[in-house]
Amino acid sequence: MRTDNAFRNDARAKVTGRATYADDVSFAGMLHAVPVYSDYVSAKDLKIDADEARAYPGCVRVITAADVPGSTTFGQIEKDYPIIVTDRIRSWGDVCAIVVADTREAAKAAAALVRITATAIKPVLTIDEALEPGAPVVPSWSDSNIVTHHRLRHGDPEPLFAGCELIMEEDFTTQAIEHAYMEPEAAVCVPRADGVVEVYGSMQHPFSTRRFTAALLGEPLSNVEVYTISVGGGFGGKDDNAAAVCARAALAARLTGRPVKMRYDREWSMRETYKRHPYRLHYKVGVSSEGKVLAVKTTMYADSGAYLSVTPWVTWRSTAQCFGPYSIDNIHADVYGVATNNIFTGAMRGFGAPQVNFAVEQLMDMAAHKLKIHPLGLRRINMVKQDSVTVTGQKLSGHTVSLEDVMNRVVHEIGYRKKYELCSFGKTETDELYGIGLAISYRGASLGAEGMDFCGCIINGQYDGSILLEAGIHENGQGSESTMSIILADELGTDRKRIRYRRSSTSSIPDGGTTVATRGTIMGGSAVVVAAKQYKELLQKHLAERLRCKPEEVTFHDDKIWGLNFEYSLTWEEAMRELFLQRITPYAFGTFQAPPVSWDDTNGQGDAYFTYVYSCQAVELSVDKKTGKVKLLNIVAGHDIGKAINKAMLLGQMFGGVTQGMGMALMEEFVREGGKSPTLNFDKYMIPRTTDLPEMTGIIVENHDPNSLTGAKGIGEPAIELIAPAIANAVYNATGVRYKDMPIRIRPEDLA
Amino acid sequence: MNSININGTNFDVKDEELELSLLDYLRERRFLTGTKNGCEKGLCGSCTVAIDDKALRACKTPVKKAVGTRVVTIEGMEGPGGALHPLQKAFMDAGAIQCGFCTPGMVMSSYALLVRDPAPSRDAIRKALRGNLCRCTGYQQIIDAVELAAKVIREQAVSSRPGCEE
Repeated sequence: MRTDNAFRNDARAKVTGRATYADDVSFAGMLHAVPVYSDYVSAKDLKIDADEARAYPGCVRVITAADVPGSTTFGQIEKDYPIIVTDRIRSWGDVCAIVVADTREAAKAAAALVRITATAIKPVLTIDEALEPGAPVVPSWSDSNIVTHHRLRHGDPEPLFAGCELIMEEDFTTQAIEHAYMEPEAAVCVPRADGVVEVYGSMQHPFSTRRFTAALLGEPLSNVEVYTISVGGGFGGKDDNAAAVCARAALAARLTGRPVKMRYDREWSMRETYKRHPYRLHYKVGVSSEGKVLAVKTTMYADSGAYLSVTPWVTWRSTAQCFGPYSIDNIHADVYGVATNNIFTGAMRGFGAPQVNFAVEQLMDMAAHKLKIHPLGLRRINMVKQDSVTVTGQKLSGHTVSLEDVMNRVVHEIGYRKKYELCSFGKTETDELYGIGLAISYRGASLGAEGMDFCGCIINGQYDGSILLEAGIHENGQGSESTMSIILADELGTDRKRIRYRRSSTSSIPDGGTTVATRGTIMGGSAVVVAAKQYKELLQKHLAERLRCKPEEVTFHDDKIWGLNFEYSLTWEEAMRELFLQRITPYAFGTFQAPPVSWDDTNGQGDAYFTYVYSCQAVELSVDKKTGKVKLLNIVAGHDIGKAINKAMLLGQMFGGVTQGMGMALMEEFVREGGKSPTLNFDKYMIPRTTDLPEMTGIIVENHDPNSLTGAKGIGEPAIELIAPAIANAVYNATGVRYKDMPIRIRPEDLA
Repeated sequence: MNSININGTNFDVKDEELELSLLDYLRERRFLTGTKNGCEKGLCGSCTVAIDDKALRACKTPVKKAVGTRVVTIEGMEGPGGALHPLQKAFMDAGAIQCGFCTPGMVMSSYALLVRDPAPSRDAIRKALRGNLCRCTGYQQIIDAVELAAKVIREQAVSSRPGCEE
């Protein structure tokens, strides 16, 4: 029973049903908006006949692209995503119109009466079709379906293959995955008398939402105020589309002058929103007889779908981490993003790493089996260690490179060595095949060379001793507000009860970047430390005289402020009163800027990330020989996250990440058939349930990271990126069959 | 007049409300928004409420079927003065909450389980919560929480009824 350190500022609200999510917000006179889709996958000359819909009782307005005052399209990199389609449909998820009515029922009924006609165009549905010479070009802004291409050139692998004991050439594929947050998208927008549109939305990034909304409205950012409320999960999935839902509701509010709610059905959510990129990966790997990986060449294609979203960044991470946590001197990689007319793909927890790890960690086991070297031994020979050089030419120094230690701890906890000897490898007296498998990874924390990385924090002391805290990191359910509160309480030596996390709006705090890339704790937490340092310096300066010591001798602990040798002290109430009398505002704004990174896009070389999280996950399972059904028996996850700040939440991230990864490995597939999908709700899109999982153990390894002001790194994404290959390896060790396509589907005839 | 008892209070149900789903009735007519709408097809469990102490999905239960029953929603689990039910307390203590969208349904399914089995094994808890999807937690701390609450209710001989003092 783990009950240690469970702290959440929103726990009480969430167990009592009081926590307010977007669909729980209502305003007097509120209208309801719904999207209208066409059944086309690719079409031009869109015509919309909304006369019947407009005549439907209760219908207030039908909004089309012609009503948009600003830009109909927007995007994080290329502004190509149609918030409302003008005349060209590029995917089955495109929104062609918005129907606004007095009630949601009336809006849905009227939406069914909107007639859409267009001239169908033959859609491009696979990577192969998209790459064919003369294939229709999907993107509006490009003359090719190759929308991004990253190269990595480190050493020269080609001449070395000849001298290798083992050369493997293998192909792997991964599938489209739906984020499947429990809360579908929703937004409530209110036109305020002062000209501002207020947005209450289920979205991952208030500032991204503001950019989408302001673009559609054609208004300055300051005209849109996005408020933070409870969000029912994101996992990378509540950016572009969730922001577009807010933008559409804001437009409807602008055009009608009334509050508008736009709440998505699950089917709309699954149909419209971006997925995890399906990958096709080819690897050529040369290994010496001693097990040293000498040469690697890899080519990967990621299906970007109809719009670019963050494909260049996702594929960049796949490039920077193109051969797992191994130090390879001679490696070339080419990673392509390819446009098709499929539902587009974008950010999802893991972000281009789970696909690569699925291939690489199987390749390591495959090499070990072929060379008759123990899989742990092969990994030890090749893995990054302190001061190793990565495939991007980055020397891993300035933090503890603990991969081997993390792997050892997981191996010890699960008893890998002994249990490995018990694996069935396809041979069993009974119907049950047993296997154990593991995988290791490293993960660059935060954005790395993807973008400008900084985050702000406001500490606003109140004259009664209470403290308001806000940071530019957004609560998506992961517990970031609680983590920031714990960090500030530790910095100020106060009781947590003194601190109230203020849910900010985009008008109250500067843009602190998006809550992605395992950057919440490292960037937001460090921003809290910077602000706390400034705050303490202010207090030291103005309280030193009262405490009869020098400013630098003033200390903060036990919920008080102390002078030298604990002779004098002030309560927070007394200290704030003193500041008030001195006419000093107890306020600090601090910004943390990530340590520098570097990147040369011509050869994929540079210091890709300022620090890395080191991970190992292992799994035991059995496979039923008659049915092919996999039963997971035990999972151990170990991660060096720098420092644990909120242990129960940290373990929750590990278990949740492992579970999502397990779903990807064995169950989940967002099916695309002719650009459409039959998997639009939880009857067809299966995610893991309680009974699909074994008991899990989380191992927290703490090597305080000097790059982070709290010592903490992060856990969101490391947790999801390596259980799939661990399962694939365990399946092989059980069955003797190698599955290189996700999800892994074992047919009984495979085991005959 | 048709009536439903919701969290201890009787409500008269208008004729036009009989055809609504219990989920829409609770959320839109009674403003009890703690019961969540995750899929509207009875697939995710986010809208689970206890009807005569059995866990049922409000989205698939028409109001007319709930007439004459005793419905408990997440809002009804608290006691007078805001005292938390042992299950609510245990969800907090065990770190079972992340985004919280599945939490009300999880608590209500767990409540129905503890009514019929005060000392469930971890396997029994897993089976009872099979219909409640959670995408954040991996379920483990939720199962810890139910186990913890069952233990508290047994050992401290407190009632598992909703709305009772701890």
